[in-house]
Amino acid sequence: MAELAINDRGLSRQVTAWDRLKVDRNWLSFWFMLPAAAFLILFLAYPLGLGVWLSFTDARLGRDGIFVGLENYEFLWDDSTFWLSVFNTLLYTTVASTIKFAIGLYLALLLNENLPFKAIIRAVVLIPFIVPTVLSAIAFWWLFDPQFSIISWSLKKMHLISSNIDFLGDVWNARWSVIFANIWRGVPFVAITLLAGLQTVSPSLYEAATIDGATNWQRFRYITYPLLTPIIAVVMTFSVLFTFTDFQLIWVMTRGGPVNATHLMATFSYQRAIMSGYLGEGAAISTAMIPFLLAAILVSWFGLQRRKWQQGESND
Amino acid sequence: MSYFTRRTLIKGGTAAAAAGALTGPALLDWAKAWAQNAPWKPEKGAKLSMLRWKYFVQSEDDAFVKLIAAFSKATGVPVDISRESYEDVQPKASVAANTGTGPDMFWGLYSLPHLFPQKCVDVTDVADYLGKKYGGWVESAVTYGKSGNKWIAIPVCYSGNMINYRIEASKKAGFSKFPDKSDAFLEYAKAMKKNNTPGGFALGHASGDGNGWVHWCLWSQGGNAVDKNDKVIINSPETAKALEYAKALYAEMIPGVASWNDASNNKAFLAGEINWTDNGISIYVAAKKDPSKKQIAEDMDHAYWPIGPVGKPTELHLMYPVLAMTYTKYPQACKALMAFMLEADNFNPWIESAQGYLTHCLNAYDKNPIWTADPKNTVFGQAAKRSLTAGGLGSVGEKAATAIADFVILDMFANYCTGREDVKGSIAIAERQLKRIYR
Repeated sequence: MAELAINDRGLSRQVTAWDRLKVDRNWLSFWFMLPAAAFLILFLAYPLGLGVWLSFTDARLGRDGIFVGLENYEFLWDDSTFWLSVFNTLLYTTVASTIKFAIGLYLALLLNENLPFKAIIRAVVLIPFIVPTVLSAIAFWWLFDPQFSIISWSLKKMHLISSNIDFLGDVWNARWSVIFANIWRGVPFVAITLLAGLQTVSPSLYEAATIDGATNWQRFRYITYPLLTPIIAVVMTFSVLFTFTDFQLIWVMTRGGPVNATHLMATFSYQRAIMSGYLGEGAAISTAMIPFLLAAILVSWFGLQRRKWQQGESND
Repeated sequence: MSYFTRRTLIKGGTAAAAAGALTGPALLDWAKAWAQNAPWKPEKGAKLSMLRWKYFVQSEDDAFVKLIAAFSKATGVPVDISRESYEDVQPKASVAANTGTGPDMFWGLYSLPHLFPQKCVDVTDVADYLGKKYGGWVESAVTYGKSGNKWIAIPVCYSGNMINYRIEASKKAGFSKFPDKSDAFLEYAKAMKKNNTPGGFALGHASGDGNGWVHWCLWSQGGNAVDKNDKVIINSPETAKALEYAKALYAEMIPGVASWNDASNNKAFLAGEINWTDNGISIYVAAKKDPSKKQIAEDMDHAYWPIGPVGKPTELHLMYPVLAMTYTKYPQACKALMAFMLEADNFNPWIESAQGYLTHCLNAYDKNPIWTADPKNTVFGQAAKRSLTAGGLGSVGEKAATAIADFVILDMFANYCTGREDVKGSIAIAERQLKRIYR
């Protein structure tokens, strides 16, 4: 039809390249994608590109910078606080994500059983995720207060310790404390998403396995786990991304202290860029996060492409 | 025009009554008379907007709103006020200065006008007018207000950060009054800890209390981040001495100060957990207000920071200057408002409404009854006179502000006190960062 119409009009005037483009089937998909692409470019690619560009300038807050090449990165390379924040971020992400996965999977398996009040229990599990992060961070800040911690208080009353525990003032205590808060907050997301995955596993598989005499462990190992792998890959990618870029918990609880022992790259970047006004350097710290994040995304991306992950062992 | 003397203020008694002395028609009459005689006539159709730091006490903001309302009625200039947390005024002002749009006036923290001196309206005439009329500006205020020979901002007030301590516990430790020398202070801290009544200073990223005490410590021992030409001189024996002093003091503090923020010592003091710390007057005001804390309010007092080997006060208090942007269409209206704010009839009730949180920078206001009505307020009245400026010997501009905002000095002390770094290491880290900031 469309071609016909063109031919008709083509009699009266020259068919321009624009006319062809407007109706070309191959270009049509391009036109349809244009709004979405414009949206992504404007709100995702442009800020990201701008951030990377800023990291190559000496921009200050409220003032354009000039191109300085790798100067910001060179400074950071020798900056012990920067490397400390990298170490903190990796530790925070690895430990918190691993534990979140373990507890989340365990909870999901439990919730998948036939429990009384199943719906209510499932809703309750979500609570830590529903509470605004800043609120829960303030709650943890009080729980870990050097003078007023209820934990220290209870242990003291039970005569287990004689003086308050310095949760946020000691380097390692502070790290474990913020990791604990992050786990508390992140478990529901992992648990509920994995639960959704578990419910897609067909019961007939379990029935067949039971008839074959499979044990509980075998049913988990050879049915649940392989079928859950794609979901696990997605959930853990998200979980790692969220943890790696965490900001609120740390900022409210410790502001990166004591002596920068809990500064993550995100909080450190904020401190340098916004508080001190060194936009360029702050952008460089943020940009330094990109390789780590890309690695996390690629792992799950390649993983999801492999049929082995989706359909079990030997089907590559 | 009604007349406002110290006597009428004292008669008023409480701050609220004093603030009430010139309200309603009286304040308006005075304001109208002032507007007619003032050297600055607002432009026709002028409208102003101001971004200010967010108040600590509601009564201060109420008094300020009243003052602005009187200004608007008398001059016909509407003023739109918005408020931001005091740390957030600076980034907004920087962006406004850079883009040339935004509020006409900014009222922010110490070095704010020095971040963009060429974007600030020259207010030398206002500063001279006020200085002449009210007994001159205190020294630190001149440093903050002037860039070269020009005044680029009007220093409105300081918020003082002084020693807070418990009287009884100190007496028990053998100190009838708070020590005024740094060595004696160390002895005091030891005696207090021994009696199980310790105190503490924040060593976490506490912008106010943390920066306050580490700068005092550094300067009192003769250490300095930069010299008067902004050359970095942090790596000095004096700095090392200051670190040693701080570590000795840290050993006598209550455990946990490394995680403290600006609110932690308030909480701990009000709960009776600590017996000395550094703070604004907020602990005292809170204790007075809460009937269950009456005993603490009665048993506490304030003191100046002890004087170190350098032999003079080395305190750091927060300054709040107000500035007008050159892009404003109504510079005369801005100047009129600045002068109006600091005229005695406005300023006296306003500073009283702040209950001692804020200290004037014009000498004549020493007479304000807030400083004598309660003897425990008195030391805060001297905050402006005793304050050094951000950056110490160096300039008060952007670099000094950055060094403070990035906690360079605070982290240096925290690194050494908590044992993460040795003296050399912690100084080296700070020196490297300072050299980048001051290059």
